[in-house]
Amino acid sequence: MSPDIDQAATVQQPGGNLYAPMTMTIAEARDETYDTRTLRLEFPGEQERAAFFAKYRVGMFGLYGVPGAGESVFCIASPPTRDRYIECTFRRAGRVTAAIQDREVGQTITFRGPYGNCFPIEEWKGRNIVFIAGGIALPPLRSVIWNVLDRRDEFADVTILYGARTVADLVYKDELADWQKRDDVNLITTVDPGGETEDWKGKIGFVPTVLEQTAPTPKNAVALVCGPPIMIKFSLPILKTLGFAPADTYTTLENRMKCGVGKCGRCNVGSLYVCKDGPVFTIEQVRKLPQDDL
Amino acid sequence: MKVLDADKLTDLAAALARAGYRVVAPIEDSGVVRLAEWTEGATIRTDVIPVNSAKDFLFPRSEVIGRWDLDGADFSPRDVQPDATKTVLLAVRPCDAAALALLDTIFNWDYKDDFYNARRRAATVVPMVCTAADEQCFCTSVGGAPDATANADAMLRSADGGAKFILEPLTDKGNALLDAAGDAAREGEAAADPPAEVPHRFDVDAVTEWLSENFESALWTTLSLGCLGCGACAYACPTCHCFDMQDEATRTQSVRLKNWDSCGFGLFTQHAGGHNPRPDQTARWRQRVMHKFSYIPERFQLLGCTGCGRCARLCGAGMSMSEVCRRIADESKKAPAHES
Repeated sequence: MSPDIDQAATVQQPGGNLYAPMTMTIAEARDETYDTRTLRLEFPGEQERAAFFAKYRVGMFGLYGVPGAGESVFCIASPPTRDRYIECTFRRAGRVTAAIQDREVGQTITFRGPYGNCFPIEEWKGRNIVFIAGGIALPPLRSVIWNVLDRRDEFADVTILYGARTVADLVYKDELADWQKRDDVNLITTVDPGGETEDWKGKIGFVPTVLEQTAPTPKNAVALVCGPPIMIKFSLPILKTLGFAPADTYTTLENRMKCGVGKCGRCNVGSLYVCKDGPVFTIEQVRKLPQDDL
Repeated sequence: MKVLDADKLTDLAAALARAGYRVVAPIEDSGVVRLAEWTEGATIRTDVIPVNSAKDFLFPRSEVIGRWDLDGADFSPRDVQPDATKTVLLAVRPCDAAALALLDTIFNWDYKDDFYNARRRAATVVPMVCTAADEQCFCTSVGGAPDATANADAMLRSADGGAKFILEPLTDKGNALLDAAGDAAREGEAAADPPAEVPHRFDVDAVTEWLSENFESALWTTLSLGCLGCGACAYACPTCHCFDMQDEATRTQSVRLKNWDSCGFGLFTQHAGGHNPRPDQTARWRQRVMHKFSYIPERFQLLGCTGCGRCARLCGAGMSMSEVCRRIADESKKAPAHES
């Protein structure tokens, strides 16, 4: 695996502080669930905005932070086709995410990125795309979904299977309603048994089970699977049985990271840096990695 | 050639300090020899391998990489400059210098870490040829040697049966150091002492090959049983470079720190959601060995170990990297990869 000098050069100023973030302003904020919040962030200036979108592709991630609390890694949940801002959606999981969630509209947070590789969506033109997401893992796929829907004519059928533990854990409820109404999107939502409410109209069942029932066709299709490890573990054999090739099945590895730029060693899996060589991998690639309990 | 009396190393340190160098040397403090900044009156000991490695002065255990002023909910960044203090790493070991190949690579293979690079550029590396080795030394098993000059700007060679040192410049930085040394190293003649004999303890290629085939071996449980997960091995290691980033703040100011970390710690890889890809000490110890002898070689065509033995000297459970490698090499003879 050779260094991506070009990417490094476009992100880093010569002699600059590799770890220095930008200051971004919170333009909008909304609660997705009881513990998950979406922020819309605006760039400090036109130069920073243009530089970001010159290199941003769906799948890349960022480091979001509040000085005094620290930085956390999560996905960029909005696509490059919406290039005035970025959005992030994240669960309150600890000190840093709590500090970021507690910032108000008009206040600032820090951001570094975009880092990592991307989904090769330019190679998917004309193909069917199947999205399979669980819980808080819809945000990394939402950027791809919106990118595809913003360029709808370039792709064939779009299927989205999204599940969560309970109805209260579903994120992007307004967008799910929008996708439900579209006749060019096949949306299937599900909640785990016991997680339904009286007025729940979606399916009841674990994501792998519903995937098996729904049985999307593998013909001319790629599949993207993001979710908790247990969901991915049980979804992959079903995709295989359905006939999705490992080289056409994508996921993102969500390893813990600190630096995001191939230095701190935390995200290493085998000889790879998830922050540099990933976070996007095909299942074919994942199978070749040392099988730490990914 | 330039020579100095063996007991006059402090004069050399003093001359270099006067010439503006921060002098890092093996210094005895409370009975322990550590690489530390030399100050007037400090005792330099070259007869003991220091517990720490020279990496401490290029990649310190804690370093400020960000700074903000805080004012209520507002914050504003302040400039942070890397430390570029002119430094000489004096009488370090060839195994310290060997590690620089990997550190230089890690901090520059793609993005450039100027905190490391500024210190590295400002450092003059002067290893001392080892004339004695202990039972933990194994540099010769990992491509090194007690008299290796890799990454050295100048070498100190014990001479005339330990009575003298020869100071031999190898680079421009080394020549500049010699100029700065002035009378502390005089023109003279001396006969270099033979380097230490460091036994060849294992076939490193056999280790790397076995590792590539045996991620799932039951041997990992046996090899890792003693590990307490304390991280001392990583902290003493000249090549271990994994770090954490943490903020520390008062009400008015915040700093972001780059701190040493270790793959031996359970929290190292633990996700926010609770999942841990390396859930036990076996998985973590396997990572340590794999990283040094399989993953780094695969990625960077370098070894992640210079055979200094510091990890084994410090380990409270008596674990030894060379012993682990020897057992793996033995295992590879028992069960060739094509039969497994």
